[in-house]
Amino acid sequence: MALPQPKQTATDARLAALDLPEGGWSAPARQSALARLQAMGLPGARDEYWKYTRPDTLVAAEAPTAAVFQGDEPLVFDGVERLKIVFRDGVFDAEASDPLALENIEIARLADAADIHWAQDLYGKLEEDGQTPVERPLAALNTTFATDGILMRVTGKVSKPVALIYYHESETSDAILHHVVKVEEGGDVTVLENGPAAARFNKVMEVDVADGAGFHHIRAQGRDHERRAATHIFARLGAESTFKTFTLTVNGVLTRNECVVELTGDDAVCHIAGACMGDGDFHHDDTVFVTHDAVNCESRQVFKKVLRNGATGVFQGKILVKQGAQKTDGYQISQSLLLDEDSQFLAKPELEIYADDVACSHGSTSGAIDEDGLFYLRARGLPRGIAEDLLTIAFIAEAVQEIEDESLQEEIVGRVEAWLLRRRG
Amino acid sequence: MLEIKNLQVKLEEEDKQILKGVNLTVEAGKVHAIMGPNGSGKSTLSYVLSGKDGYVVTEGEATLGGEDILEMEPEERAAAGLFLAFQYPVEIPGVGNMTFLRTAVNAQRKARGDEEMSSTEFLKVVREKAKSLKIDAEMLKRPVNVGFSGGEKKRNEILQMAMLEPKMCILDETDSGLDVDAMKLVSDGVNALRDEGRGFLVITHYQRLLDHIKPDVVHIMYDGRIIKTGGPELALEVETQGYAHLIEEEA
Ligand SMILES: Nc1ncnc2c1ncn2[C@@H]1O[C@H](COP(=O)(O)OP(=O)(O)OP(=O)(O)O)[C@@H](O)[C@H]1O
Ligand SMILES: [Mg+2]
Repeated sequence: MALPQPKQTATDARLAALDLPEGGWSAPARQSALARLQAMGLPGARDEYWKYTRPDTLVAAEAPTAAVFQGDEPLVFDGVERLKIVFRDGVFDAEASDPLALENIEIARLADAADIHWAQDLYGKLEEDGQTPVERPLAALNTTFATDGILMRVTGKVSKPVALIYYHESETSDAILHHVVKVEEGGDVTVLENGPAAARFNKVMEVDVADGAGFHHIRAQGRDHERRAATHIFARLGAESTFKTFTLTVNGVLTRNECVVELTGDDAVCHIAGACMGDGDFHHDDTVFVTHDAVNCESRQVFKKVLRNGATGVFQGKILVKQGAQKTDGYQISQSLLLDEDSQFLAKPELEIYADDVACSHGSTSGAIDEDGLFYLRARGLPRGIAEDLLTIAFIAEAVQEIEDESLQEEIVGRVEAWLLRRRG
Repeated sequence: MLEIKNLQVKLEEEDKQILKGVNLTVEAGKVHAIMGPNGSGKSTLSYVLSGKDGYVVTEGEATLGGEDILEMEPEERAAAGLFLAFQYPVEIPGVGNMTFLRTAVNAQRKARGDEEMSSTEFLKVVREKAKSLKIDAEMLKRPVNVGFSGGEKKRNEILQMAMLEPKMCILDETDSGLDVDAMKLVSDGVNALRDEGRGFLVITHYQRLLDHIKPDVVHIMYDGRIIKTGGPELALEVETQGYAHLIEEEA
């Protein structure tokens, strides 16, 4: 079927601006992704899945420019003992990175394309699986054109987090990175990500969590006011495995984070959480799709958005429980704290259930700051600003608590506090 | 200490007069009690004094240590030494009781130009005061008032008061919801704070509390006014005879 003309034109324009990287083992996957991309076309304003978020700047042939934020605050996770992997505008920086060696994990770069690699079985595969029932063209684009990325194979418990650190240095950078994480049986790893990455950033992370394995992901997207990002996580969970991801987003004119998880083994646990703080020209979209295809699995989605001065928050979250996925425990909550009347929160929570013995709940709320709570705090001597900040941090607490490691929770809260302080001037 | 003159207050949202000319002076070192039928305006008075939104002062004034407080923000009134133990303490999910207490203590110190309390000193003081109110470590860790029983909430108010050491304490029905033993604990907590430099305004429906916290002066409030002022015997009179005869006298 031919694409509608505007979509065809936009897709052609974007493709013309990109170069297909040299082959190696990923070449067939890239070709297949390109074919899929051409068949579906890039997202357009009329697409149902893009009803609340305008895709045009994410799709445009050239990235809109984004000023680089100048600040002297220490970066998040700076105090954390970790293995550092640094990208500047999407380009790997060997000098600034630690040697890619650590016990119980094998780390390589996508750009070092040999002819055979373990990632061959995964690269673009989880992304492809995640294209049904809803198309995610920007992810197919990513698989096709990613210039680099990190491939991690985890064989045991990794002693410290692996940190992907993204610097944004050029006002016009347009980065496409694709990571693959394979956590084998008995493996357990924490992956950290932080930094604005580029003027425009397209990132995919495919995560395969084997039976009994664990994957923890904490991400802080932020700082630069004008940057744009479209990210996807595609995860497949084996029996008794654990997958937990948390994202903090502060600033950024446009962020779309999609997380697509399939629970394929019994007794698996999946937690997807996020908190965002938006002020002014800020649009933040969490789009989540969790599929239960095994027995006795648990999934939680916890999203909190703090919005002010006309900021917009979007949540599209779905839990799909397939036939036979009995004893599913699904939970989904998305809430916004609107600090003024100009801001808005658009939520589309969905449940689709084909099994009869399940417990699923979902809820979505939007509200202003609790005036009684605010007065109570002020009556005890807290200045209005501090009281509001305290209530704001309290509001996102449920999401932050999804992070298992308490010191990482503190890193995130510290970041939020710094942001609030900076806002108040 | 606290001087209220001809205070008249109406609601912001509707044209309803709640306080119709309250006159009241609480001297330093004294305990004044206010009693009065439901809906007579006692809580409204306490809210207006502490700066809650939603009320409009149409006449009169209120000063604390000679300073006009009605123009101040709630936090400024707190820093000036005013404290209200709420009739209905507010639950604040996500904010730990300890964090809250420490932030409050230090915010007030900062506002007064005093040095902040170190965390070790703070911990020491808070533990000691919590212990005397039988508030355990678990309750200190929990979010402010969340899941606290009615009596626990009231004890938590007194703990805050003990930590903040205000000059003027207003207690709005702190006795309601307390069991006999808790009433004793809370009263001991209040009595421990009684001194020459501090004033108390205790709102209550029952003589029982006043057995423990002996008032110097008792006021009866009705329909937005103080209709009678007397000594501790006035509370006993209310206990046995109710308000009807006092209201009639006034009419
Ligand atoms: N925000 C409000 N909206 C409407 N009416 C109000 C409001 N605040 C107070 N009132 C009214 O003002 C009157 C006084 O209320 P207030 O709470 O001060 O009484 P009180 O003396 O403390 O009573 P109680 O002994 O029951 O605690 C009541 O009639 C009450 O309904
Ligand atoms: Mg009352």
